[in-house]
Amino acid sequence: MLQPQMEITVDELRHLVSDRAVQGETMLLNMGPQHPSTHGVLRLLLELDGERIVNCVPDIGFLHTGIEKNMEAKTYEKALVMTDRMDYLNNLGNNLCYCLAIEKLVELDVPPRAQVVRVLLTELQRIASHLVWLGTHALDLAALSVFLYCFREREHIMDIFELCSGARMMTSYFRPGGLWRDLPVGFDEAVRQFLSYFPKRIQEYESLLTDNPLYIDRTKGIGAISSEQALQIGLTGPPLRATGLDFDLRKAQPYSGYEEYEFEVPLASNGDTYDRYIVRMEEMRQSLRIVKQALDRLPKGPVRSNNRKFVPPPRSELGHSMEAVIHHFKLWTEGFPAPAGSVYLPVESPRGLLGCHLEGDGGPKPLRVHFRTPSFANLQAIPILSRGHLVADLVAIISSLDPVLGDVDR
Amino acid sequence: METPRKLASELTELLVDSLIELQEFRGQLTLVIQPETVLAACQKLQAAGFDLLAALTAVDYWPKQPRFAVAYQMYSLERNQFVGLKVLLADDRVDLPSVEQVYPNANWHEREVFDMFGIRFRGHSDLRRILMPYEWEGHPLRKDYPLGYEEVQFSFNFDEIERRKKYVKD
Repeated sequence: MLQPQMEITVDELRHLVSDRAVQGETMLLNMGPQHPSTHGVLRLLLELDGERIVNCVPDIGFLHTGIEKNMEAKTYEKALVMTDRMDYLNNLGNNLCYCLAIEKLVELDVPPRAQVVRVLLTELQRIASHLVWLGTHALDLAALSVFLYCFREREHIMDIFELCSGARMMTSYFRPGGLWRDLPVGFDEAVRQFLSYFPKRIQEYESLLTDNPLYIDRTKGIGAISSEQALQIGLTGPPLRATGLDFDLRKAQPYSGYEEYEFEVPLASNGDTYDRYIVRMEEMRQSLRIVKQALDRLPKGPVRSNNRKFVPPPRSELGHSMEAVIHHFKLWTEGFPAPAGSVYLPVESPRGLLGCHLEGDGGPKPLRVHFRTPSFANLQAIPILSRGHLVADLVAIISSLDPVLGDVDR
Repeated sequence: METPRKLASELTELLVDSLIELQEFRGQLTLVIQPETVLAACQKLQAAGFDLLAALTAVDYWPKQPRFAVAYQMYSLERNQFVGLKVLLADDRVDLPSVEQVYPNANWHEREVFDMFGIRFRGHSDLRRILMPYEWEGHPLRKDYPLGYEEVQFSFNFDEIERRKKYVKD
């Protein structure tokens, strides 16, 4: 027989709602998990006084896929493909974070060309991620056309990724020690084409929203938070920078050679939904600057480390070098061992601080991989941000944090 | 950014009563402290400028003892510095003080560690499962928890599959 579902009663969530909920003065309302404006499968339990939110209790885990457990069962290199599937709008950023963590753990060098390509593609990914955010955020506020324009431009970036890696989204293009393979013919042209028309497109989006009175009414003063509160609740990325705190790991603790690029960290002051929009729009422009600089300086040379203990040999060598065959065989059957010890590697993802805690035990499989994902951490702020606002504004607040539920639940 | 050595000596002085060991690995500082003092250590670290709890997670060393480690990462905006805290927990006593009152965002991170490893945090305001379903049994990220697959139960074969399930309820 099917067992009856365990029911969650108000008693169990008693400590999360006010006394008025028990007396029946306020209403408890379920929102999600299947709701278009929750950007995935996010469930919120709302305590409402009329249309005003008294309390909001997020319930996550609907997309939990056990990525961390799965990664422990794979070798370091094979576990890489799992990272793509975490934050599915920032695949290359996740690849980068995981690869950098491995490279730090086993002390592996990355050739300059690979580093520049990594920066270039991660910044394109940041633009693509912000485009999805902008489209869905505007869609939540009933501006359908922005969504269509954003996805049009995003498709160009997806085409560039497909050119490089063969896949639009699940790229796994960055590998420990460098890249999967060198950039293809036509890459330069495709990126330059994008660079030439995209600045005009950003202006186009801004002309649709920035001074639009309807948009301003829905976003100004909605979901505001102070910098101290934001830090306490663990907000990072654009929501933190919208409060005026200058914290961007690309500047603070540069990785992959970010210190060599000229760009600014956009800031705002009010910390509300509108400011998060302003910050992200400017971030797209800055990313574009980085892409342009990276493309101009792209050095020639190898794209993979020459350390054969960690990086497979090129295919051309397999035909005539016994040593290469041995290395290839060892790497793809057993994998490479990593020393016992743990590293924590934080990078700046489009959503905020993405940290990889990687611990080795001397064997070829990680003992523990943990991702401190920005969506998970930022989502925790929803109860604070939404208190006192209308239900309709909650939709704007959720989308202004840009949570990706695959990233939240992992 | 300060040099790790300078920071190390400063933090050793700061946490002198609770420090067990100071680890430096790949240029990163990790302070191993006694589990019971974690709350006090966090208060001191916060006062010293480490205002963002950047990560909180656990590691299972099974079958070695002490079995669990809970690892914290704090970041200081002012100093632009990360520092790690680590506590080791034996198998027979998997609870330690919650740091929620110092870093409110520890709430969800501690819930996640509780959900995945079964480590209990004393003084936590809302220690429920966060990712797994409410009625789930076991803590999936423990090393003695198998990486298995669950067979899909339909009404015609529900009882049959129920009988051979690993976590069958009595």
